[in-house]
Order: sequence, then C-alpha cells, then structure tokens
Amino acid sequence: MTIIKRGFAALAAGALSTALAVPAIAEPVKFDFWFGLSGDLARVVDTLCKNFNASQKDYEVVCTSQGNYDATLQNTIAAFRAGKQPTVVQVYDVGTATMMLSGAYKPADKLMEENGYKIDYSDYFPGIARYYATSKGEMLSFPFNSSTALMYWNKDAFAKIGKTEAPKTWEDVGADLKALKDAGYDCPMAINISANESWQLMEQFSALHNQPIATKNNGYDGLDARLEVNKTKFVQYVTDLKKWYDAGLIKIKSKDLGQDMVQAFATGTCQLILTSVGDHGTVGRTQKEGMNWDVAELPVYAGTERKNSLVGGASLWVLSGKSDAEYKGAAAFLNFIHDPKTALFWSTNTGYIPVTKSGFDFMKSNGFYDKAPYKGREVAIASLTASEPTEITRGIRLGNFTQIRAEFGTQMQAIFANKVSVQEGLDTLVKNGNAILERFQQTYPGKTLP
Amino acid sequence: MEKRVTFGRWTIGILFAVPQLILIFTFFYWPAGQAVYWSLTLQQPWGGGNIWVGLDNFRSILANADYWNSITASMIFAGISTGLAMVIALVLAALTDRQLAGSWLYRVVLIWPYGIAAPALALAFRFILAPEAGFMAVVNKVWPGFWDPGLDGADAMASVIIAFSWKYVGYNFIFFLAALQAIPRSLIEAAAMDGSGVIRRFWDIQFPLITPTIFFLLVINITESFQDSFGIVDIMTAGGPANATNLMVYKIYSDGFKGLDYSGAAAQSIILMLLIVALTIVQFRFIERRVHYR
Repeated sequence: MTIIKRGFAALAAGALSTALAVPAIAEPVKFDFWFGLSGDLARVVDTLCKNFNASQKDYEVVCTSQGNYDATLQNTIAAFRAGKQPTVVQVYDVGTATMMLSGAYKPADKLMEENGYKIDYSDYFPGIARYYATSKGEMLSFPFNSSTALMYWNKDAFAKIGKTEAPKTWEDVGADLKALKDAGYDCPMAINISANESWQLMEQFSALHNQPIATKNNGYDGLDARLEVNKTKFVQYVTDLKKWYDAGLIKIKSKDLGQDMVQAFATGTCQLILTSVGDHGTVGRTQKEGMNWDVAELPVYAGTERKNSLVGGASLWVLSGKSDAEYKGAAAFLNFIHDPKTALFWSTNTGYIPVTKSGFDFMKSNGFYDKAPYKGREVAIASLTASEPTEITRGIRLGNFTQIRAEFGTQMQAIFANKVSVQEGLDTLVKNGNAILERFQQTYPGKTLP
Repeated sequence: MEKRVTFGRWTIGILFAVPQLILIFTFFYWPAGQAVYWSLTLQQPWGGGNIWVGLDNFRSILANADYWNSITASMIFAGISTGLAMVIALVLAALTDRQLAGSWLYRVVLIWPYGIAAPALALAFRFILAPEAGFMAVVNKVWPGFWDPGLDGADAMASVIIAFSWKYVGYNFIFFLAALQAIPRSLIEAAAMDGSGVIRRFWDIQFPLITPTIFFLLVINITESFQDSFGIVDIMTAGGPANATNLMVYKIYSDGFKGLDYSGAAAQSIILMLLIVALTIVQFRFIERRVHYR
C-alpha cells in the first residue's frame, strides 16, 4: 500500500510541476486544424501552416491531414462526440447542410467580429460566398480551396477538323465529336459516371442552364426540398450523352478500367473532357510532349442564357466548445488565409482559384495569369462570375448529398449499361434521393436551416 | 481417484473470470447493445439528440429494393467465393501432401496470400483485371468487349470473388494440409497395398477423415465472406456498377459513414449479425451431422 501511495504522490507531483511549468514559459497557444487534402496538396497546406506560425508568435496551428473529405467529416464527428474536436476543420461543399444543422460550430462571421477583425464579405466572389452562406447571407464558414468545372480540349485534334475554338454549345459538341470520330480519333470525348461526376455532369450543368436540382431553391429554403432532375433540361443532356456513348463518340474512362479521364486527356488518347480547374496543373505536368490544349467554359445548349457555374471545394468551419484563447488563434488563422498574398501562394502551388476579388486582382497584377503553366485558369473565374447568382445557382443545400451523389453514380451506370432507360434511371434517382432527403428531415425534427 | 483442485469460495472463481468478462463486455456486448439502441432510434450524427422510432428503421430497410439486392449479392458472393476458395485449397493441399516435387516450396508460398492486407490485394487485382491496361486487356484485344467490370455487374462481381477467393485459398490451405498430414500414413499405405488409386484413396479415406476441418472452414469462410469482403469491394468497385457489388457490409459502411445515417447502418448491422447467426445454426444443424469426429 505504501508503495502505491508513494507512487501516486510522485505522479501528482510530476503532474503539478508540468502544470506549473507551462505558464512560466510564454508558449504560443496551440490549436488544431484538420483538413481533408492529401499528397501534394497536403504538403502545400503544411507549408501554409508553417508560414502562419512563422508570421506571429502568439498562436501555433497544428495541421493534420485526415486523408480525404469523407474521413475528415467522420473523424471530426467522432472527435466531437468524444469532446476532442479540432478548433478549425475543413468541410467539403456538400457537407455544408449537415454542418449547418449540427449545432457544433461557431459562426465564422461572429468569431471574426468578436476578435476585432474586419472582413469585407462583399469582397468574396458572390458565386463562392453564396454557396457557403445561409439563406440570409451570413457566412458561417470561410471558403478555402475553391474550384469550378471547365472543358479541356485538345487544340491539335480540333485543328484537324478545322476548328480553332472550343465548342460553345452542346449542339456544336455533338457535331465536333462526330467530325473527330470521322477524322480517325478513337476517343473524341471521355467521361466517367461515378458518384464524383455528379458535380460536373449534373450540378454544374443545372446551374449553367438555371435549372433546379431540387425544389425550395435547391434546398436553401427548407428541409422539405425534394429532387426534380427527372423533369428538367438535364434529361435531354443525359439522353444526348447516352446517344453519343452508343455511337462511340464518348468513352468511359475511370481508374478502375486502367486510365482516368484526366490521364486519357493528357496522353492525347481522348480529345475532350469536363473536369475541375484543379486538374489544370496535373494536365500541364503530365501531358504528352508538344500537345496543344486549352480550357474553356462548359458548353450550354443553344439559346440558353448562361448563368454562373458552381464552386466546388471546401470551407473552413470553427467548432464550438473551445477556449477563448483558441478562438483568438483561429480568428488570426482565418484572417491570414483571407490575405491576398496567401491567395497568391495557395493558387500558385495548387490548382485552386482565389476566392476574393482582391486576391484575384492581386494575382492579376502580379502577372500570374500571363505565365505559361497558369494561363487559362482565369477562365474559371469568368465561369463562376458569368452572372449574378440566381436563387437556383447559389448552390445546393441538401442533406446527405454525398449519398445522393452515390445514387447518381448508380443510376447513370444502370442507364449506360442499358439496364434502364434514361427517364427510368432519373426517376429512380429522384425516388431514392428523396428517400434520403426525407430521412435527413426526420433526423432533425423541428429544425430549420439558418 | 482423481484429485481435483477446488476453491473454497465461489467468489474467487468469479474474480478470476472478471478480467475476461470485462473484456467481452467492453468490446462486444457494450457496442452491440449500443448498435441495438441506435437501430431503434434516429440518431443525429453530431450527437445533438435522437428520437425513438421503434422498428421503423428495420421496416424502411426491409421495404427497400436496394437492400434486398444487397442481400442477394452477398449470398452469391459468399456461395461462390467459399466454394472456390475451399475447392482450390483442398486440391492444392492434397497435391502438396503427396510430396510431389517441390511441395516444400508450395507449402510455404501458398500461405502468403492470407498475409496480404485486403486493400493491398484489391489494388493488385484492380491492376491485373483492368480491362484497358492489365492482363485482361490482352483478352479484350482478342474478344472486344468481353471484359468490362466498369459497366457489367457480373464482371465486377467476378473480380471481387476472384480477389477474395485468392486470399482465402491461402488460409484454407494451411488447415487442409495440417488435417491431411494428421492422417496416419499407415491407413493410406494399407489402401495403396490393396490396390486403390490416388483418387479412390482420397475419396474413401482422406476426405472422410478431414470432414471436421472442412466443416470448420465452411463456417469460417462463409462468416468471413460476409465480413472481410469490405476492403476488397471498397478498393475494386466501391459497390458498383449500379450496385452490383454493393455487399451488405459495404452498404453498412457507405450508409453509416459516408451518408452519416448511423441508425440505418446500425439496423443493417443487426440484420447482418442475425443472418450470420442463422447461417451458422443451419450449418451446425444440418451439415455437422455428416461430420465424423475422430
């Protein structure tokens, strides 16, 4: 017994001395930042964190990659339930509705105000800010890494069919694909039809054509929103894609089959793809020697008044239940990220676009968009700002949207495998998607989106 | 007379059992109990609260055509992969047991696949079976369109079955070889002297004598094919195309962790547990009768 007692006493003394030692040395306040990027992008985030830590002495951000967006959200939820959540977390675009109802966050705009930072919210590109803002326009989180979808086209191949410009309408695309096929190109266009491509095929298409994905302004106005993509222009789009696929004008490319579409484009195998501006750097680095290519805005159907495209990526949320000192640090960190100089660093090292007008202007004045590897990325800004966001092109505010995207992949695969017709597949997508939305609504009884 | 060591008081016995009981309670009964509770409520993922919904979760799952599709896919997967893994392993073990040239090498090499983690294995098979770049690309050159796991559900199912069976052949092989080597040589030599051939000796002597091992492996393989298939499906097909390989265990993961529907996933895992229990009971009730324990 005495030995145990002595042991406890020693432990207590040890704990006490370390506890006393901490305030004696004025160490910076540490706080955690969890993010979902990996590989090259994770290294850029680490550098960003180092730069922040070096820029001041009061706070130290500890940045930890959780591997991917899904895992970041899952791990944050698990940590939150155990009371060990990070102070700042990166949550992907479609997790916004889930976050807003979680009751687990500290509104970013309040945080900045309380800590004496003045942020000009009108400086954000409206297409980006509205995606993450409440229906009343308050910013609950800060846009971080942002991108939008573009069309990548092979200039050499198009020159062979006498074209010097990218097709602007889907009608032109159809004709050009046919011409490319006749000119001997085996794969005029590559697409993939998994859950991930819901973004460029369904979401971006619907925004550009000002077509709703769901009722209640894509969910901004209530949890009782329901899908309606089975009766919009999207039906025609899928029908055309399927028609071109059947005619051999479109090939499906995915990693599981051996080559994803970005690789297929970069190697010159396929001549047209729709993907994120974030892949601009990858194509540039891995392209076939001497291949001429460029990016353009996604096409629209003839006679459509083009609207802004949607932002993709993630925003930074500050979680509740942290100390004032940590919140001070978090505010300083968000302010650092908001700085135009950080925007230049971030966009130079990744394919992401600046989220503020001042960041964009700063980059332009630095000649960023005139230099070879980055030239063309300004098209993304043009696409995002093609119009003032409408009630529908603000974004998508639907619960468990990850599962709806998975359902999109499932039904597209069924359509392309000729198991169901286009209309049947989209009807099932709406039916199953609505079951997901109903379930989400039931999980949060009496709650409304802010 | 047998000498027995007994404890004077029953409390000492209980005390010895307590560490084990605590372990089982913490790592099995408590989480299982939690899963049952979650399956009867609607849980908000962030822990903001829950509502009691009784059996609603089960009702909505069982009314869902996708879920029945998932059960069918799991059954097909379990049946074929167990059959393949066991038959191939038995043949290999029987051949190795015959001390053919180089059998010492097979004995070591054939065990390795079981030591490979499922995701690494799945990645390797994804390369091998990729229709445009891997080994199957050659086959596709000869018969265009023959192999397309990206859109053809049957091809995708075949891919995951091949990968899973490959891993379990290694596992089954160890047990079969051990069982075959435990058979007294004298029995086989006696049969050989009576003039029976290799095949005859296998069916009449070796096979009946290893039925306990076969039965054990059958139970393990079927159970594992319901549970251990996750890593392979996640890397190779992610449940696609069009849900063709959306096995029960993968659906639990994607609904629970990707869809944040903890309650629905908990209900599904209860159903999966009951299904495995039922299958195991059936096996013990009907197949074990034909097993001869020595």
